[in-house]
Order: sequence, then C-alpha cells, then structure tokens
Amino acid sequence: MTVTVGRGYTERAERVAAVAAAHADDVDAKGRFPREAVDAMIAERLLSIQIPAALGGEDASLSEIAEICSLVGQSCAAAAMVFAMHHIKLSSLVSHGADDSWHAGFMRRIATGQLLLASATTEGGIGGNLRNSICAIEVEGDICRLTKDATVISYGAHADAILITSRAHADAASTDQVMTVFTRDQYTIERTHVWDTLGMRGTCSDGWLFRGEAPKAQILPKPFAEIAAQSMLATSHLLWSAVWYGIAVNAVARAQAFVRAAARKSPGVTPPGALRLAEASNLLQLVKASTVAGLREYEAAKADADRLSSVGFAVAMNNVKIAASETILSIVNQAMLICGIMGYKNGTPFSLGRHLRDAHSAQLMISNDRILGNTSNLLLVHKQDTSLIG
Amino acid sequence: MKQKIREILSKHGGLPVPVDQLADDADLYAAGLSSFASVQVMLGIEDAFDIEFPDSLLNRKSFQSIAAIVRAVESLVGSAEAAE
Repeated sequence: MTVTVGRGYTERAERVAAVAAAHADDVDAKGRFPREAVDAMIAERLLSIQIPAALGGEDASLSEIAEICSLVGQSCAAAAMVFAMHHIKLSSLVSHGADDSWHAGFMRRIATGQLLLASATTEGGIGGNLRNSICAIEVEGDICRLTKDATVISYGAHADAILITSRAHADAASTDQVMTVFTRDQYTIERTHVWDTLGMRGTCSDGWLFRGEAPKAQILPKPFAEIAAQSMLATSHLLWSAVWYGIAVNAVARAQAFVRAAARKSPGVTPPGALRLAEASNLLQLVKASTVAGLREYEAAKADADRLSSVGFAVAMNNVKIAASETILSIVNQAMLICGIMGYKNGTPFSLGRHLRDAHSAQLMISNDRILGNTSNLLLVHKQDTSLIG
Repeated sequence: MKQKIREILSKHGGLPVPVDQLADDADLYAAGLSSFASVQVMLGIEDAFDIEFPDSLLNRKSFQSIAAIVRAVESLVGSAEAAE
C-alpha cells in the first residue's frame, strides 16, 4: 500500500473510509471490532498524526483530525468513533506529557508502532461521573499498581495501551485523580460485561476488570482534573460531534439520492420528500456551523490554559455536544421519512437503520442531562457573550 | 476577607476535609473541590462581597487555592473602590 507521508489527510482518510464502508454492515451486524478500517488507519499512519513532528508525528490540528472523523463517520460510525477516542486519549498525552521523558518516549513508540490507545475512565459505583474515582493507584518504590472495575473500556481487547484514571493515592479525595498509561504487556483484563447494544456496536465497549503494574513514571505528571478540563472535555465533545456529523451527512446523502431518483422518474413533479430534504439540509448546516465554530474556538484557546479551563469555554463546548447529539437524530429521522420503506429496510442503497441506531448513542455518551446540568450550574456565574463574531 | 472566604468555602465547597486544616496555598481541587461546588463558592463570594466575577476570572486558576481567591476578590474590590 502506498503511504503518503505528511499531510494529504483527506486522501488518506478517504482510503480508510472506503475500507470502512465495505465492512460497516458486517461490523454492525456482528458487533465486532472494525479491524479492517483500523488496519487501514494504521497503514495510512493516521494514529500518530496529532503527535508533534519532533516526536515522530505530523503536528495535525484538532480540526484536521475532526475532518477525518467526519469522513470515516460517513462510512462507519463505529470505526470513526474508535479513531476519535484514540485521538482524545492522545490529546491528553500531547497536551500534558510532552515535557515528560517517559511520555515523550511513549509518543515516539506510538508513532513508530502505530499503537492504538484506549480509555478507562468509568468505574462501577461512580454513577457515570468520570471526575470521580473509587480505585486508587498504589505506588511502591518505582512501581505503581492499579486494580479497577472498569465498566466500559471501548475496544479494550484490541488496544495496545490503556490510559486509566484512579485516585492519586489511597487517602486521596474521590476527585483527586491521576491518569496512568499502561501498555499491553503491563496489564491483564477480564471481561465483566458484554457490549451488545442498539448501535455503535463495533466500538466493543465491554466492561473489564483491569489489573496493571508499571513503572510509576507512567503516571501523567498533571492532575487528571487539569487534563480533563484542558484537553479531554473539549476534544471529546468536538471529535464526537465530528463523528456524529458524519453519520448525519451520509443519512442526508442517501435521502438526497432517493429524492433525486424520484425526480428523474417524473420530471416536472416535485417528489414528496423534497421539502423534508430541504429541512434536513438546513439542520445539517446548523450542526456543521456549530461544530466548526467550536473547533475554531478550541484552536484559538489551545495555547492558553486559563482560557481552556474557563467557564465560558466549558459552556461553549457543552453546547456543541448537545446541539450535535440532539440534531442528528432529527436529521436521520427526516432522512428515514424521505426514504420510507427503502430506508427502513436493511440492505438497500437507502438503508438508514444503522445510522439511526448509531445516532441514538450520541445523547447518552456522557448523558445530555448530565451535561445540561453542568451547563446550568456554570450559567449561574458565566456572563453571556453578546457579540456575534466574538 | 480571608476569614470570610474560608467561611464561604466551608459552607459551599463540599470539601471532605475541614477548611481550617487547609493552608492558604493548598490546592483546593486536590482537596476535593468539584466543578459544581466551585460555582457555588463563586456565587457565595459574589454575594458576600457584592461583586461580580468577570469571565476573565472565571477559570480554574482563580479558584485553585484560598490565596488565589483572595487575589481575585482583591482585584475586584480594589477596582470597585478605585472607581468610587
């Protein structure tokens, strides 16, 4: 396979998207890991593009990564979500580990070996709030040990390393957390829950009992609270929204093809779905505009830790997530109404069942109720930005 | 002012440790201050000192420690007095 070195992200992503599309229905039907698409990402060296060039990466911006999420998401949302989650984890390393020798060295290893990173932030008993941990990391000499009842580790069985949160030490408050990198040879995982879901079936987000032991140098040097506020919150909402936008784009493309086919059959007569298509197109543009504005805001704030951890920025990122996750459901639903039985049936060029099921995950990936609750609290002190352009 | 801030922190901070045991420069987030509670503390301070935090001060750093809160409040109380 030819590999484009440096940039050419769109071409590389399109080649991945073609592979992902060919296997998307099988991945969905079997609830299996999108191996072929992830192998294509590896072949295109897309797993390391966010890493600084000095450490073997390509210095890709979050917007460039979001574009790839959207392109792959148009073919296979599960494969795109794996790519997004990998880069969300990587953003924590790039933002908070570049000055630390172990983590800088690990980034080189990611680039050389195209390693896939997974995340273990949820835990039985924390009620879905990832800013709380029950388990605590145990440090003895130069070694750290951790056991965690991780109720979700997406593609845990397929990852080369897991970034996992815990309390900072045995006496730490539940919010005093750290994040530690464990590589595959440093942990065992035992499956506790099987990911058999309505949609996003290929992310294989099973539950695992994690047991790991590693040099303590692998604990990220910053508190997890800072990592969450400065890299994870924004990158999660933005890259997820990019994947969801991709689902909606493909749903609208299918609906548009349906309407066009009807229009060709009877020229001069506006097909019944045409008006709904116009509405769906309008909603799609809203999701795009909101996501792009969020990406611009992130790129502008990126170098400023105070701005990244500000109330105003958190409100903006929360709003991007809410808007994308709610609106894509309306879009896919409109597309389904346009395509009718051809959209409802599996195996037609207009099938939308997978889109609809995948789209339903968006409101639940960090529950929108939780996010709206968080925003409503922040709005008690946040001053509204009344400018249009900013 | 510091004492009043400590009282507000004790009342609204939801910290698992008594505020008396925290040094002025102790990291409040490490001590267990959640983002929800930090907003409640901000509201308590706004009310107690009759000030409003501008967005530029509504970030993690301003509420990282008791000393940081004192600095943030002083910058606002000071500018209010100067304007009078």
